[in-house]
Amino acid sequence: MKREKGDERLSLFIRRAIAYLVLSILTFLCLFFFYCLLVNSTRSHPEISKGFSFIPGKSFFSNLKNVLQNENLPVLHGIWNSFFIATVSAVSSVYIATLTAYGIYAYDFKMKKAAYMFILMVMMIPTQVTTLGFIQVITKMKLLDTFVPLVTYKMVNPVVFYFMISYMESNLALEIVESSRIDGAGEFRTFNQIVMPIMKPAVAVELIFTFVESWNNYFMPSLVIKTATKKTLPILIAQLRSADFLKFDMGQVYMLVFIAIIPVAIVYLCLSKFIIRGVTEGSVKG
Amino acid sequence: MAGKEKNKNKVSYAKWGYIFLVPFFVIYIIFSLIPLISTFYNSLFENYRSGLTQIGPTFVGLQNFVTIFQSDLPKYFGNTLILWVLGFIPQITISLLLAIWFTDLKLRLKATGFFKTVIYLPNVIMAASFAMLFFALFSDEGPINDLLISMGILGVPFRFMSSVWGTRGLIGLMNFMMWFGNTTIMLMAAIMGVDKALFEAAEIDGAKSFQIFTKITIPTIKPIFIYVLITSLVGGLQMFDVPQVLTNGKGTPDRTSTTLIMFLNNHLYSKNYGMAGALSVILFIVTGILSLIVFSTLTGGFQHKKKAGEKK
Repeated sequence: MKREKGDERLSLFIRRAIAYLVLSILTFLCLFFFYCLLVNSTRSHPEISKGFSFIPGKSFFSNLKNVLQNENLPVLHGIWNSFFIATVSAVSSVYIATLTAYGIYAYDFKMKKAAYMFILMVMMIPTQVTTLGFIQVITKMKLLDTFVPLVTYKMVNPVVFYFMISYMESNLALEIVESSRIDGAGEFRTFNQIVMPIMKPAVAVELIFTFVESWNNYFMPSLVIKTATKKTLPILIAQLRSADFLKFDMGQVYMLVFIAIIPVAIVYLCLSKFIIRGVTEGSVKG
Repeated sequence: MAGKEKNKNKVSYAKWGYIFLVPFFVIYIIFSLIPLISTFYNSLFENYRSGLTQIGPTFVGLQNFVTIFQSDLPKYFGNTLILWVLGFIPQITISLLLAIWFTDLKLRLKATGFFKTVIYLPNVIMAASFAMLFFALFSDEGPINDLLISMGILGVPFRFMSSVWGTRGLIGLMNFMMWFGNTTIMLMAAIMGVDKALFEAAEIDGAKSFQIFTKITIPTIKPIFIYVLITSLVGGLQMFDVPQVLTNGKGTPDRTSTTLIMFLNNHLYSKNYGMAGALSVILFIVTGILSLIVFSTLTGGFQHKKKAGEKK
């Protein structure tokens, strides 16, 4: 009996050791590439071409200055365009999704079930499938090469809707809505001033997800935007890739990747608890 | 009937339900439904540019579908599946392992919050810039080759971008890194959703970890497992950013990493709307079938759960 317990302890110890070993390898894998990025974004082109080093250089600010002043790459425009589009896209899509979820959750009407089923059905249609028609529609509306289509094509987001309605089912009591009505508040006022504050945690999580999704999006902007100063960061990165790579200042290449990745990574690290909880909650109900 | 009587005494709020749905449906119809119908419509017309002359649009029925199947579509479909499998096999294996370890009551791993944060990190990274980073790091004279040579593992630089499996391997590795954290969290949520009493009872009965895994964990998380499999496959069919940026849109070497969406992107760029339409319709049908499978397994899973609940 005693020996069996000892065996069990040993096997537990071994399993724990294997688990930590695998986790360490994965952590190394995930962080190593970012470490390379950090190091190389602080080194000048001659230093980088001499060979790899684990020690950061001193050229961070000169790389930053060079890439921001590069005449062929409107990086400052790119940062602003990406930021602007992602913000408008995140705010509008989360607001509309919450509005729609509330409409279905709080009211009884004939088409309620049909509307709900419809939204669930269209959830899985990939946006790429409708792109051809989308480009034709926005061309007819004279919206090609503007930011409008980049905001509208994700403005109705069934995935966000589904997250919101699931959150309402477990966190929003309709009695609160009733009492607000008795107090004489209109329906929209109830929604904006009573319901939205209750939805805050869900709204925050979905704002982050939709912002990141839009910030990272490459497919649609590359088809819609033509003017150089309207380009977003992913387009600029792809453009850098198609430039003659060997002639390029590698310090600038790493710096541009740094600009595209690091701000999002920092925000993620600060909010990771909420984000991971959001993914967990979304998956339990999905 | 009861509802009607209620409405007599109360103000009806039904119209507000419709009002709240208006923005969603109006925007959906203009920017998704009409484009979808227009895409289907386009697939039936011959419509492209040959040099400076515009050919069509002429109605050709289903001719575009015949033409596209005779073109490189099967090759690109194969590429897409290979690239997806290369990422998905390590993804599901590692995720399942981590999910089991993270939820194992006996194992009591420390710093799980830190590990979860790290493994999810690559998911929030811009895929285009991630591919650019890999391109720079794995280039012929890049840091990785440098390291491997100075460590004595390689004699001469390995030319990742000129090798079919080098390029495909890198794409698979990136897809694995971007998605295994997400899958781990999903599987963890599914395992934690299983009644803890089941595990405890099994332990008291003297079941080994492996037995618990095959007899309890696997059957209870099967619906989520199928969900992960198929949503990942649907995501894999949409693979674009990583191979596009890594290979500069060319799918090098010799178009062995060209995916279906890169193919679509090429047709959209060259304004061959007939082919782009046919390809979109095919993608629509394939994802539609896959989604129906997800839907039926999930609802089947719920019914199963309900039945189990009733038995109690």
